[in-house]
Amino acid sequence: MFEKVLTIFIASALINNFVFSRYLGLCIFFGVTKKMETSIGMSFTFTAVMMIGAALSWFIYTYVMVPFQLGFLKIVIFIGVVAAFVQAADTIMKKVTPALYYKLGIYLALIVTNCIILAVPLINAEEHYSLFESMALALGSGLGFSLALIIMASIREKLDLADVPKSFQGLPISFVLTGLIALAFLGFSGMITL
Amino acid sequence: MLEQISQLLQTAFSHVLSAFINKLVPLVGVGGSVESVEVVEIKTIVYAVALLAVLGVIFGIALAMVAARFVVKVDPKVEQVRETLPGANCGACGFAGCMGYAEAVVGNPDVAPNLCAPGKSPVAAKIAQITGKAAGAVDPKIARVFCQGGRSKSQRKFIYSGVMDCTAAVLAAGGDKSCDFGCLGYATCMRACPFGAITMSDDSLPLISKEKCTACGKCVAACPKQVIELGLMSKAVVISCHSKDKGIDVKKKCQVGCIACGICVRTCPVEAIKLDNNLARIDHSKCITCGLCIKKCPTGAIHDYIPVRPKAFIHADKCAGIDVCAKVCPVSAISGDVKAVHKVDQSKCIGCGMCEARCPKKAIEMVQASSSSAGTHAQKEMAAV
Repeated sequence: MFEKVLTIFIASALINNFVFSRYLGLCIFFGVTKKMETSIGMSFTFTAVMMIGAALSWFIYTYVMVPFQLGFLKIVIFIGVVAAFVQAADTIMKKVTPALYYKLGIYLALIVTNCIILAVPLINAEEHYSLFESMALALGSGLGFSLALIIMASIREKLDLADVPKSFQGLPISFVLTGLIALAFLGFSGMITL
Repeated sequence: MLEQISQLLQTAFSHVLSAFINKLVPLVGVGGSVESVEVVEIKTIVYAVALLAVLGVIFGIALAMVAARFVVKVDPKVEQVRETLPGANCGACGFAGCMGYAEAVVGNPDVAPNLCAPGKSPVAAKIAQITGKAAGAVDPKIARVFCQGGRSKSQRKFIYSGVMDCTAAVLAAGGDKSCDFGCLGYATCMRACPFGAITMSDDSLPLISKEKCTACGKCVAACPKQVIELGLMSKAVVISCHSKDKGIDVKKKCQVGCIACGICVRTCPVEAIKLDNNLARIDHSKCITCGLCIKKCPTGAIHDYIPVRPKAFIHADKCAGIDVCAKVCPVSAISGDVKAVHKVDQSKCIGCGMCEARCPKKAIEMVQASSSSAGTHAQKEMAAV
């Protein structure tokens, strides 16, 4: 059982990295990685929201939606749960850590529409994971996303000093870079067959 | 009886709904691991609605409680100031957008209320009123073109036929103008201006409107020759040339370029002009906009942005004959004996204002030729003289 949890954790963090293998969550990925401090702030916030959101979604799915056969409402309920939770996190952060709140700005609200936030509960529901396995997936996805953000931020900060052609500056070169990193992450595939 | 009717209605409704869905589903397709059912039971619908309603209520209450517990006190003045600002988020004030400036000006006592460039005086006055700070004179900036070499005054190296845009023209050997530092005249700046403040003159030179320019800096960034600079509107005497070529070369390429002869340097009464790299530049912190250099410049490279210069007028009732004015007048336009009332020769006066600044009795007034209420008495006297 522990083996499966570990497998899921490593798979979601490295092998099937949500950004580099599944191409999800790109809006926040590109928006926040201009600076290292916003990336780190965002990775903590995202992992926290992810874990709690996945837990809440799992409870509602397992104890309410499955018994009453309301599986078709998955997407609506999961987004609703996460949206409410992110709104609460928004309000709390504004009071408790205003500096981080202003740095993240619009991206905190954008976590709601982040595909990864929806993908993880959906995967949990489809694969019928237990609570521990769902948490492993959520934590793995959070860590994988943080890894992606930090790698990208460190490269992009150096990019400001590089001589990028004018038509490539900003988003185009970032996409090219992400593609190259995704190619590198291909090296992980087949490590663990899930 | 009632139970039977409700039973009947329920089954009828289920059958109608399922018939509808079963017709539709083969067309649309069911995906995402949703199992299609033969009959849509009414209880499923009830449960779904109930779940969503309950969740909605729970989340609503939870969010309201969180919002009440974690409330952040926002100074209402911040919102008031924010409403007076134009909302362009241009960043000319030096803060992150209009909200950033609103918060800074309310929260920080050192932040001046007149930093909004597009807002100018009306906004500065309103902010000063809300925050209780002194408005201070808004010294507006304006964009100025440092080139007077239009088509009629300058030479071209070759005939350019291509995209009629300066950024495109500059790719062809630095542009078709003989002078490498001058304005190409293909109106890139005009298109860059978001306020429509730039128009092109007949001589292919940009004309910047004093009223519309907000000194946002977009034309400065757009010009590939970097011929436009932002400067204070009050510093109205400008050497409109960027040419670092030697004087002989400048003469060949442009009739109105700066040849770095140095006459202006010697003429300036406050030593505000310096020669640097074959180009004369005015140090605006020293310049008093007297305009003496304009007349002395042999090529006419210095431009006066004050359209009509005022003339000095000495009020006879205040003059005590101190004679300081006559001594400082660069064109010797003031005459009069010591202790006697002095007079200004209007034909010689260039409106530099040095006498007005120096008179200890404040007996001199600079009067505009076309005027305002302040001048009329003086003007009538002037006209009578």
